[in-house]
Amino acid sequence: MSECHGCANCGGTAVAEPPRLGATRTAVALVGPPNSGKTTLFNRLTGLRQKVANFPGVTVEQHSGIAELPDGRAVHIIDLPGLYSLSPRSEDEQIAYDVLTGHSPRVSKPQAILLVLDSTNLGRQLMLAAPILSLHLPTLVILNLADDLRQRGGSVDADLLSAQLGAPVAMVSARNGEGMSQVLDFLAGAMPKPLRMELPVLQDVPGCRKWAGAMGAKAGYLAPAPSKWTRRLDKIFLHPVLGPLVFLAVVVAVFQIIFSVAAPLPDIMTAWFDATGNWIATLLPASLFRSLLVDGVWKGMGSVLVFLPQILLLFLFIGILEDSGYLSRAAVIADRTMARIGLQGKSFIPLLSAYGCAVPAIMATRTIENRRDRMATILIAPFMTCSARMPIYLLMIAAFIPKQNLLGGLLGMQSAVMLGLYVLGFLAAVMTAKLLKSTVLKSGRTPFLLEMPAYRWPVAQSLGLRLYDRGMVFLKQAGTIILLVTIIVCLLMSFPLVHGGAPPITNSLLGSIGHVIEPVIKPMGFNWKIGIALITSLAARETTPATLGAIYGATGPHLQAALRHDLSLGGAIALLVFFAFALQCTSTVAIVRRETGGWKWPILQFTYMGVLAYIGAFVAYHLIG
Amino acid sequence: MLQLSGNCDSGAPPALGAPLASGAPLSSLVDLRRGEAGIVDRLDLPADDARRLMELGFLPGTRVTAGQSAPGGDPRVFQVDGSEIALRRETARLLKIRRDRSN
Repeated sequence: MSECHGCANCGGTAVAEPPRLGATRTAVALVGPPNSGKTTLFNRLTGLRQKVANFPGVTVEQHSGIAELPDGRAVHIIDLPGLYSLSPRSEDEQIAYDVLTGHSPRVSKPQAILLVLDSTNLGRQLMLAAPILSLHLPTLVILNLADDLRQRGGSVDADLLSAQLGAPVAMVSARNGEGMSQVLDFLAGAMPKPLRMELPVLQDVPGCRKWAGAMGAKAGYLAPAPSKWTRRLDKIFLHPVLGPLVFLAVVVAVFQIIFSVAAPLPDIMTAWFDATGNWIATLLPASLFRSLLVDGVWKGMGSVLVFLPQILLLFLFIGILEDSGYLSRAAVIADRTMARIGLQGKSFIPLLSAYGCAVPAIMATRTIENRRDRMATILIAPFMTCSARMPIYLLMIAAFIPKQNLLGGLLGMQSAVMLGLYVLGFLAAVMTAKLLKSTVLKSGRTPFLLEMPAYRWPVAQSLGLRLYDRGMVFLKQAGTIILLVTIIVCLLMSFPLVHGGAPPITNSLLGSIGHVIEPVIKPMGFNWKIGIALITSLAARETTPATLGAIYGATGPHLQAALRHDLSLGGAIALLVFFAFALQCTSTVAIVRRETGGWKWPILQFTYMGVLAYIGAFVAYHLIG
Repeated sequence: MLQLSGNCDSGAPPALGAPLASGAPLSSLVDLRRGEAGIVDRLDLPADDARRLMELGFLPGTRVTAGQSAPGGDPRVFQVDGSEIALRRETARLLKIRRDRSN
């Protein structure tokens, strides 16, 4: 068997085995069952030096990063999807299997493996050691959550276990850094191959479990007492009455806090970008270049950046829910409701993420093993009110809905309309899911299995890295698509030139386009200016306020007044309904194409959502007038 | 792994709601109320699904305790082999159990 593999991550140089000091970078795979704390360990090893990519040809995310060793060398770490065994059942497991066995088309076979196991449930977790050790790659068995094990009165002799398995064993707590030096020592050392020990027949699950139990017993494994906190919290969170109430409270709290805590931030930032933009303008002579720089680039950037705090806050919330273990309980609570529309509790997590952004949500559907359930979840995710819809919602609500208190001050009128828009998107998603699951995506029943992890305090580093990752994705869009659209709009508004300057907007190229489509959008109560905003929103919805600002040449209260002049209340509601339904997001279309492996689904989705948006807006306009 | 009780696998499963007399065979996980335990006897699922359930701990001979559930009892969390796994009623129904004698 050849042990020499080209390594994609070191400039195509072949890596000789065993890895030598100062030689090219060693690739090490991080393997472990779900909920074993693998991601926390990965974050601790790599910190900010990690990147997310897709495994070639498939839809599974590949997290990889660089771990720096004390001697200055760097090791390439590949974080593989969570696995229960090496008999692949889901796409995730297939990927991990292919990489580990050297069958992955572009990811080379790793030179070593870090096997991460939850030490508080070693009997079962050790089952994965059998197939991993049988790969006969240098392996370090990491017994993670060692602090948890001790605190709950459990113990295990790492040396004895090491002797049983024929591979080194390290007691680690990735959360607080305990035992990390052993991991680094392994990576820096000779990385010996495991000794050939007697392993169970891998296809025989009871046999594997028996073997794992025997290994644990010989290493003096004393299972810890069940986590008291987990039992206590589950008595509340899965209580027949309290459970659903907590669930509801969490969902409401997410929205309420985003609107009351984060709402003032955009206003402050908008004011700042306007002020600095005007200041820049005073430094430059009036020219096409100046308007492009100030109104196009600077204010365009500003219109995007102002929503970063809200997006980060949403991801922080979802991150805390997920890392604490509550999201799994939420999936259990939500399962019956989701089952009613043909989906399952696991769809709930991605759909909740879709309130932040449909792009990561669609990526998060990878945890759904059933392909049809996964497709249905992908197709309805963009109906969830993502944060990119917030700019236009906030603008239109501020302009048209009075600040009035309802329910004795419990809920403002403006909040109520916002909540209504969330409900509207949700209902559209439900209807669509029902439609899909009773027709094209009808599926046979596969068992719904969801492991409940013990409740844990979220780790600040993991939360921080996730926020960083999401923030960068958003900013990259701001730097490319959204900025590009703003500049194009600015250019279309500036031509054809009149006396060397920008024409009145009616006579500009953009104005002409708006006029051309006006007959089509008139039934929804929109004029040509709104039409321009609809066209530019196709690239990204969050640009709409910026576009409207440019068209009307006004911001803040002045823009609101201008909109009130041009739209009736019915027209305003129609516009909100249109934005609630339509798929005006290039990034989502692109990600759906990638995830579904072709243009069929994204085109269907875009058309379906567009038609629904048109009909919805038409009805709203004619009902309210 | 064999139970000493002679009647664990024989006879028709008792009707739902039958008294849980000591030694009486139970039909499936669905019949466990919260806090009650049983021993997995067999998994009436397609091989692939049964395998995944076994990897999660639902092996014949393993003790399973019914835990909390979503409102209405579906899905329910089961404590098995040191983990807590939520199963829908439709799946729990297919996991046949016998009475846990040590209970």
